[in-house]
Amino acid sequence: MTSIHASALAIGYGKHPVVDNISISLQPGDLLVLIGTNGSGKSTLLKTLAGLIDPLHGDLTLLGSPAGQMPTRVAYLPQHPVSSHTLPLCVQDVVAMGRFAHLGLFKRSTDRDRAIVLESMQRTGIDSRANEPIRDLSGGQQQRTHLAQVIARQAEILLLDEPTAGLDLNGRKAVAELIATERARGVTVVLATHELADAESATAVMLLAQRVVSMGSPAEALRDEYLRECFGFTQPH
Amino acid sequence: MRLALLGGILVACTCAIAGTFVVLRGLAFVGDALAHGVLPGIATAMLLGFSGIVGAAIGAAVMMGGVSVVTRKFRLSGDTAIGLLFVGMLSLGVMITSRSSSFVGDLARILFGELLGITQSDLAWQCVALAIVAAIALVSRRPFLLLSVDDGLARTSGFSARLFHNVMLTMVAITVIASFQTVGTLLVLGMLIAPAATGSLFARRIESMMLTAAIVGSLSTYIGLLISYHYDLAAGASIVLTAVVIFALAAIANEIRKSRSHDHHDHEHPHVHGEVHVR
Repeated sequence: MTSIHASALAIGYGKHPVVDNISISLQPGDLLVLIGTNGSGKSTLLKTLAGLIDPLHGDLTLLGSPAGQMPTRVAYLPQHPVSSHTLPLCVQDVVAMGRFAHLGLFKRSTDRDRAIVLESMQRTGIDSRANEPIRDLSGGQQQRTHLAQVIARQAEILLLDEPTAGLDLNGRKAVAELIATERARGVTVVLATHELADAESATAVMLLAQRVVSMGSPAEALRDEYLRECFGFTQPH
Repeated sequence: MRLALLGGILVACTCAIAGTFVVLRGLAFVGDALAHGVLPGIATAMLLGFSGIVGAAIGAAVMMGGVSVVTRKFRLSGDTAIGLLFVGMLSLGVMITSRSSSFVGDLARILFGELLGITQSDLAWQCVALAIVAAIALVSRRPFLLLSVDDGLARTSGFSARLFHNVMLTMVAITVIASFQTVGTLLVLGMLIAPAATGSLFARRIESMMLTAAIVGSLSTYIGLLISYHYDLAAGASIVLTAVVIFALAAIANEIRKSRSHDHHDHEHPHVHGEVHVR
């Protein structure tokens, strides 16, 4: 089954389109990288895929259902997870919130849920801080915690909005490895980023500037004329 | 005096549960507006001679419904809608109360409570309110936690942000309605915020934050009643001021503890600031 399908999709807020005529077709294990300047529509597209914003028009399905209908199978990491600086919760409890979509209101968390939470913390390298309040951690460590929360959902589609923001070199490498591992398990990933290097291993790249500038393989979508059109510069060769 | 202490402790426990989520979700202004929104309902009930609790419930429902309508229909921010309804309902409450022959006494009783005049029937109502608030918090614990982080996180986890936000407001309204007899509509916010804020300084889990808030609230009730008894001061205000002072002392102690811990950590691990961030 196609993981994400969009055709003639227009996205935006209210009645004002930010980007229109978007077409996407992703299979399990694919990685789509969204690249563009601030305000180009990357986050708006991810929010639409997550079901937080309704599409203005066009067709959009995730795993055969409309966006926002599959909370256990789709996980979303927002650009700046909020409230971490005031939340009096320890890291493992924040990560455990990633299981709530599966548990609903009444199911009790099981040993399996706890094992998934531990494994997610280990994979993002935050397990040594499991019992510390998240508000006492650095921005990068908080970002790892939120990433672990998303991984803990064990979803089939991951929507990640700048997951490497605030991470040091090791953290960025860990995120790249994490994405590779998830893809190997058949998870489809849509990643919004400012980093052209993140596109190297992508199945497809979409270059955005309040419209789709280019879409295709990294080599096709990141051609010099498209980069110049989008950013005003080209990649050093 | 024993009834007053028992009533105060019941209010402290109810406020600890609701206040924890008020502090986490940043609903202090909404809590304040609800606390004042019940005023016209209580005033009308006093004037017409029916139950103040029923009047407060009607006032809270009008306040919550009004905020929702003004926010959606007139495209105003939540803060503006709450502010408008807040002053409107407060003024209406004062106007209705001014029709009473004992205007000043009635208004003071509503705003500042009458803890020492609490009855067995009031205690029974507070027990019911505590049970309802605890049940709501238990059932809605997961969506409430997600909402405390982000509305979007709640929605993408399969919970309706709007539904559970309204459930949370209802829980706060029940707390306000059940507590106005004890500390009054003006001071109930203090019992909602101060103990929970104290709990948030030290807690690493929601349960420990609620427990700390309940202990701080109950302790404030005991100390406040003692101060009120010995110095002939208003009971409700003494309790709330005690809760705020406990918060201030706890915040200072927490800062000292953190700075000592930081100094110790620097001494033990002087390399910690050498972390390199590439971006």
